[in-house]
Amino acid sequence: MPAPKSERLLNLLIMLLVQRRPIAKDRIRELLYPDSRPDAFEKMFERDKDELRSLGVPVEVASIDPLFEDEIGYRIPPEAFALPDIELTSEEAAVVGIASRVWQHATMAQATTDAVRKLTAAGIDVDLDALEIAQPLLTADEPAFETCWVAVCERTAIEFDYKRPGADSALTRHVEPWGVVRYSGRWYVVGHDADRGAERVFRLSRVQGVVRTVGQPGAYDVPPDTDVREIARRLAPPSGTERAVLLVRHGTGHVFRRSADRIETGVLGPDHLSAWDRVELTRPAVGLVDDVLAQGSDVVLLEPAALRQRIIARLEQVAR
Amino acid sequence: MSTTRAASGAGARDQVARLLTLVPFLHHRDGVRLEEAASLLGTSSEQVLRDLKVLFMCGLPGGLPGDLIDVDLDAIETEEGSPVTEGVIRVENADYLARPLRLSATEASAVIVALRMLRDTSSGDTRTLVKQVLTKLENAAATAGAAHFDVTPSDRDAAQVVQADLTRVLNDAVAAGRQVRLAYFVPSRGEETERVVDPRGVVTHGVFAYLDAWCHGADAERLFRLDRIAKAEVLDSSITTTPRAPRDLSDGLFADADQPGSAVVTLHLAAEARWATEYYPMRDVRPQADGSAEVDLVVVDQRWLLRLLMRLAPHARVIAPQEFTESFTATAQETLSLYR
Repeated sequence: MPAPKSERLLNLLIMLLVQRRPIAKDRIRELLYPDSRPDAFEKMFERDKDELRSLGVPVEVASIDPLFEDEIGYRIPPEAFALPDIELTSEEAAVVGIASRVWQHATMAQATTDAVRKLTAAGIDVDLDALEIAQPLLTADEPAFETCWVAVCERTAIEFDYKRPGADSALTRHVEPWGVVRYSGRWYVVGHDADRGAERVFRLSRVQGVVRTVGQPGAYDVPPDTDVREIARRLAPPSGTERAVLLVRHGTGHVFRRSADRIETGVLGPDHLSAWDRVELTRPAVGLVDDVLAQGSDVVLLEPAALRQRIIARLEQVAR
Repeated sequence: MSTTRAASGAGARDQVARLLTLVPFLHHRDGVRLEEAASLLGTSSEQVLRDLKVLFMCGLPGGLPGDLIDVDLDAIETEEGSPVTEGVIRVENADYLARPLRLSATEASAVIVALRMLRDTSSGDTRTLVKQVLTKLENAAATAGAAHFDVTPSDRDAAQVVQADLTRVLNDAVAAGRQVRLAYFVPSRGEETERVVDPRGVVTHGVFAYLDAWCHGADAERLFRLDRIAKAEVLDSSITTTPRAPRDLSDGLFADADQPGSAVVTLHLAAEARWATEYYPMRDVRPQADGSAEVDLVVVDQRWLLRLLMRLAPHARVIAPQEFTESFTATAQETLSLYR
């Protein structure tokens, strides 16, 4: 009976890991696939190598003798195979435990758990409840998220249908993804747009349907010194914060005063029923009009002018 | 047939992955029992036993006795072949697998991004500690490409961490039976107030979390929305009311319409204002064919209702009682006059 597959994979791994020199394919066949026919061996060996690589095992191809370059073999360099030594204090290890609860995305949470397991296997004891720190939660509900993340990890080109704001229909885009970035609570993929021949940023929530990988992993290199955060900042549409100037009746509108950049008291107001203060603040544009309206006759928005027009239009529909 | 093969293929890969974690784990610790190993690997003792039986068949090529990995199967398997969960696992001749496999790019980036998020939402000593961990892990994962991921916490992320911290402080106070001084923002009055409460617990309803407490200022039970608590200071004084579990909010926040001064109000919400049903406690929501909805809500404070109507203007309108339509229109007219 042939050996079970897991046994064959592990034996292959051990053999390639312990040998100093690359091992020729013939030798591998002789030792581990003794009863297989040549074509069956080729198939099996290819699959087994791929399987090991998919686990993250670096199976390298190298020439066996530096003097005869055409004679190639296989090996797993121990320094590339093993987790480097990491020394963590028990407090630091507890931080890792907390980090493992941050992801609210199943695959990412699993990847973090797997990483913690490896650290534990390296002799680090991660106590999941040792530190009382409130952790942030990272969510990623966009269906495009996972494929993009893995594509960045593996440097695999992707294509997807993308609908730009204001566009009538989606266009298929071909991208070499360089990175995934989150800011202002949104996820973006940054990369080289093959159709435009330039770097581009795509908001993942605007991707329509599934993201498809194209070609093999490791197909391109991310240009050195690429700062994906900087690219996202530069190319993504403005993050949607608005500088607003308000007139606020004295003693009211605390919701705006709490986050104000500047407050000037005792300014000229739109009526004489009370004293008025001028409040300047920078905040997300989303909901600003709603928040001002909720304050009724206690708050008047002066700037931005476009939002002031929207407030007036909305009030007119009720007041007439 | 093909599905069976695929399943057993994935099984083999997972089995190898588990063994590459298990062997170094055993290497760094003495006297690991079968059930401990199972818990580390997130699997069953039966599975770990099966894994170890595979390991037992592996080793250096050559097949001489000294070449194979040795596993003391007698200690972890009964004569009938079932696992001995208390049995101590002994593995020898596997030193070349003493170190775990390096982190994959996905694992490294996932854990590093989570740590960066933790760093950027923490402060003081915690932040210093997280930074140290990040430096160490980034060095260890240098080749894994975590540089290509970046997270900047949004205001909401930061607020969520503050709330999680607050929840812990409040629950600790509940457990200790201590009073809490709250600085609380009252939206209907648009001002911040201070009061001492006997906390009962933190409960959630819809998208918000609330502190249920006896308020000594109002001499009544009150719910405080956590995101409106500006400050919570645990006092040395013990609570003076009988400890009680927090209220169950599953039936809504203002379930008692009999409260003096409260009224049931019916509104029409256009599609643009439908989101309000997620955010505010509604007694009844009756969706209409055109995407709008008719809703009933219990209103204790009329100023609160006016603010809600203004916020939703012009997409909400009062169906009954009529008096609220008049005050709503009047408020809108008064506000509009300030823009002219």
